[in-house]
Amino acid sequence: MTLTVSDRPNSYIGRSVPRPNARRLLRGQGRYVDDVALPRMLHAAFVRSPYAHAAIGTIDITAASAMPGVLRVLTAADLAPVCTPWVGTLAHFTGLRSAPQHPLAPDRATWQGEAVAMVLAATRAQAEDAAALVLVDWQELPPLPGPEAALEAPALFPELGNNLAFTRALDVGDGSAAFADPTHVVVEQRFLTGRHTGVTLEPRAILADWRDDQLTVHMSHQAPHMMKEIFARHLALPETQVRVVCGDVGGSFGIKVHTYPDEMAAVAAARLLGRPVKFVADRLESFLTDIHCRDHQVDARLAVAPDGTIRALEIDDLTGIGPYSVYPRTSAVEGNQVVNLTGSWYRVPAYKARLRVALQTRTPTCQYRGVGHPIAVAVTEGLMDLAAHRLGLDPAEIRRRNLIADDAYPHTAPSGLRFEKLSLQASFEKLLTLMDYDGQRRLQAKARAEGRHLGIGLACFVELSNPGPAFYGIGGAPISAQDGCTLRLDPGGTVTASISVTEQGQGTEAIIAQVVADRLSIPLEHVRIVTGDTERTPYGGGTWASRGAGIGGEAALLAAGALEANILELAAAVLQTTPDALRLGDGHVTDPDGAPRMALSDIGRIAYFRGDTLPPGVQPELTVTRHYMPRDYPFAFTNGAQASLVELDPDTGFVTLLRHWVVEDCGTILNPMLVDEQIRGGVAQGIGAALYEECLYDEHGQLQTGTMADYLVPMFDSLPDIDIAHIETRTETSTLGAKGAGEAGTAGAPAAVMNAINDALRPLGAHIAQQPATPERILRALGKV
Amino acid sequence: MTLSLETDIALTVNGAPVRARVQARTHLVDFLRDELGLTGSHAGCEHGVCGACTIRVDGLAVRGCLVLAASLDGSTVDTIEGLHDSGAIADLQEHFHVRNALQCGFCTAGMLVSAHELLQSDPTPTRDAIRAHMSGNYCRCTGYQAIVDAIEATARARHPA
Repeated sequence: MTLTVSDRPNSYIGRSVPRPNARRLLRGQGRYVDDVALPRMLHAAFVRSPYAHAAIGTIDITAASAMPGVLRVLTAADLAPVCTPWVGTLAHFTGLRSAPQHPLAPDRATWQGEAVAMVLAATRAQAEDAAALVLVDWQELPPLPGPEAALEAPALFPELGNNLAFTRALDVGDGSAAFADPTHVVVEQRFLTGRHTGVTLEPRAILADWRDDQLTVHMSHQAPHMMKEIFARHLALPETQVRVVCGDVGGSFGIKVHTYPDEMAAVAAARLLGRPVKFVADRLESFLTDIHCRDHQVDARLAVAPDGTIRALEIDDLTGIGPYSVYPRTSAVEGNQVVNLTGSWYRVPAYKARLRVALQTRTPTCQYRGVGHPIAVAVTEGLMDLAAHRLGLDPAEIRRRNLIADDAYPHTAPSGLRFEKLSLQASFEKLLTLMDYDGQRRLQAKARAEGRHLGIGLACFVELSNPGPAFYGIGGAPISAQDGCTLRLDPGGTVTASISVTEQGQGTEAIIAQVVADRLSIPLEHVRIVTGDTERTPYGGGTWASRGAGIGGEAALLAAGALEANILELAAAVLQTTPDALRLGDGHVTDPDGAPRMALSDIGRIAYFRGDTLPPGVQPELTVTRHYMPRDYPFAFTNGAQASLVELDPDTGFVTLLRHWVVEDCGTILNPMLVDEQIRGGVAQGIGAALYEECLYDEHGQLQTGTMADYLVPMFDSLPDIDIAHIETRTETSTLGAKGAGEAGTAGAPAAVMNAINDALRPLGAHIAQQPATPERILRALGKV
Repeated sequence: MTLSLETDIALTVNGAPVRARVQARTHLVDFLRDELGLTGSHAGCEHGVCGACTIRVDGLAVRGCLVLAASLDGSTVDTIEGLHDSGAIADLQEHFHVRNALQCGFCTAGMLVSAHELLQSDPTPTRDAIRAHMSGNYCRCTGYQAIVDAIEATARARHPA
C-alpha cells in the first residue's frame, strides 16, 4: 500500500469525522436563545393584524396595561424615538423600490400578522393574556392578492405610484428568429412554484439586554455582524456599544438572515426600558411572519432544432413579495436569480427574460435555501422534458446534446454569469451510472405492464456558492463577503480558533477545526472553535449562500499557514536554525524528515513564560488573523445532477418517492459525511416544495396554513434513502478549492420530482407544472375532479 | 376571568422528587423548561405535531406540549438530561454522533426519546419499522436517513445477528 499525504498524522481534510460540538446537543445541553434567562427579563407578546390590509385607528391599551405582570404596552409612537425605520433596497438593483418599514406598524397593517403593539410582562403567558385585551380600531381595507391583480390595483404605498417594486429585462441573441424558424420545435409552459417557508424547528428568538450603556443581543441568526451593524445604525448607537451573540441556532435555511420588525421592536424596547426583553415566536407567528419564498409564475418557451439542440429560450417571471422588500438583502434577489440562472448550464444561443416583482398584502418573501435555483431548474428541466417528448428523444439524450462541455471553461452564460470550471457532463453520466438509468427504465416498463405507474425524472443544475462583494456589498448593504479567522496557540500547544462564519448545524465548526488541525498537524480535539459572537470573532459575513466552507475554510487555512510560519520562525530562533529547515508534524516542530525537534507545548511555554531564554529581538507572535474574500469570480458555481423515481396512484393522486439520486460537484470535499448530510437535508426541503409545502391564502389574504398540521413538511416515511456520489472539481480561486454544498440539494430536487411525476402521468395523457404537486392537483390534471 | 387556577403536584423528575404548584394551563414542556430549568426539551410546533418536545412519562413517550403539568401528580418524568445522566441511551447518543444524525439539534432530544421507546418495544426494527415509529418526530435538517441509520446501528450493536 502506498502512503499518501492524507495518511500522515492529523490529516483531517477529506475525512468523515463527527462534529465535536454535536455532543452537547445530544445531551440536551444546547444553548438556544430561549434557554437563556437574565435577571429582570421581560417577555414580549405582540398584537398582530388580523387583516391582510387595514388602517390602524386608536389603540386602547387600558385594559391590557392593568393585567397581572404587565410592565408596559408599546405602540409605534413609543418606539419611534429609539429606532429609525429601514428601507429594503440595494443600489445595484436599479429601480427597486420599497416603503420605509417600522418595528411596529404606525398607521396601516399590510399583511396578516404584522405587529402593531407589543406587551411586555413578567411571563410570556401574562404578556399573551394582556395582548388579547389590546383593542385596536381596525378599518379593513381591500387586500392585494396575487401578483397579477396587484399590478393592476391602486398603489399599496401611494408614494411608490404603483405596485411594481422591481423589473428587469434581458435579451441576448436573436431569439425571435429561432422561435419563428419552421424547422424548430417550440414547447411552452406556465410553471407555478408555490409560496413556502422554512419551518425552522426552533422559531425565531431574540433576547435583547441593555445595561451599562451596552446593548447585547442574543439571537437565533446566521449573520451576527450584519445584525450588529443594523442595530447600531437604527438605534443610533456606536458599533462599540452593540454586541450580537448567536449561540446554538435551531435551523435557519435562510429564514434567519434577515431583519424582522418584531425583533427590532424587542431590541428597541430593551433600549427604551433598560431591561432585558425576550421574544420567541410561536408557531403561528412563525408561519405569519418568517419570510416566505418562491411564489413565482414563469411563462417559458424553448425552441430546439430537430436534433434537440437548444436554439432559444424565453421566460417571463412574475412574483409577489408581500408589502415590503425585506431589509437588507431585498426581495428582488430571488427573481433576479431566476433570470440569471434559467438555462445557464446548457448551451443557449439566444435568451430573453423579463422579471416583474409585485407588492401585495401577504407575508414578505425573501431569500430561503436555494434562492431562485429551484424555480430556474424546474423551468429549464421541465422544458427539456417537453422538448424531448416532442422530438421522441430520450430525456437523458437531449440533456447530453446540450450540456456545456466539460472542456469548454471558463464559460459565460447568456445572462453574464461566469463559470470557472464545471463538470456537467461528467456529473450527468455519473448520475446515469449511479442510478442504473437503463435498468430503471426497464423496471418502469415492467411495472407499467403490471398496471403500476412509475416515473423517472432527471435534472441537471448549477448552484452558486462563495459569493463575492458584488452580490450585496456593492449595493450598500452591511453584508460582508469576507470572513476572518484568528488562531491563537495556547501555552499547552492547543489552538483556539475564532471565526466569523457561523454554525446552524451544518458542521461549520467541525470543518474549520479540520482545516486548522490538518494544516498545523495537531489532533482535532486540540482545536477549540469560537464563533457566533461579534465580540469574540473577526468581522465577517456569517453563514449563508453556501459560503461557510469555501470562504470560512479558506480564511482558516490562511490563518493556519500564518501561524505555522510564526511557530517555525520562533522555533528556528530557539533551535538556532532557519525556518525553512523545520516543519510541523504530529504536534511537534520537526526536521524535514519528520523527526521531532520541539513539541508545540514547548513553543507555547517558551513564548509565553520563558521569553527570557529567547535571543534578543525575537518577539513571539502566536496569535494571527487572516481574512479571505473571493474576488476572481462573483460566485464559485457548483454543479450536479439529480434523479427521482416515483410511483403515482392515479386513483388518489398520491405520489410516493421510491428512490432519489444525487451527483454533486462542490469542489474539494472537507468532510464527506457532512457534505452528504447537507445534500440530503437540501433534497428533503426540495422534495417538500415539490410535493407538500405551501403557504395558502384565501381571497381575503388570510393565511390558511398556520399550524404544522396544516402546512406539511416531509416526514420520516415520506422520504426514501438518498444515494449520493461526487465529482470534485476544485475552484482555483482559493488554496483549499472548496465550493459550497448547502443548497444544491434544494436546487435540483423539485425539478427531478416534477419530471418524474410527469413521466408517470404522460401515458395517462396528463401533465402538471405546479408545485407542490398535491394529490388534488394531480387528480385535476387527470381530469378526475 | 380567572387566570390563577393552580394545583399542587408531587412527581419524580429524572429520579429526583419534585413538588410544585403549577397553573392549570401550564404544559409539561413549559413546566420543565421554565420552572425546573430543564431546557433540553424544546417546544417546536405547540400542536403535538413535530415531536420536538417528546418526553418520557411513566415510561412512555408523550408530547410535552399537549400534556398539562397539573395532570402529572404521582408521575415519573424522564427528560433528555436524565436519560443522558443515567447512561440509559449512551449507545444511541453515540451512534447519533458518529453518524451525524443531527444537525441543528433542536429536534434531537425528542428523536432520542422516541428512538429509545422504539428499541425497547422492538429491539431489532426494520428500516421501514423505524420510519413508521419515528414518523411523529420531524427533522428539518437531515432528511432523516442518518437518524434511521443511527437507530438501526444501535439495534444491531445491542443485538448482533
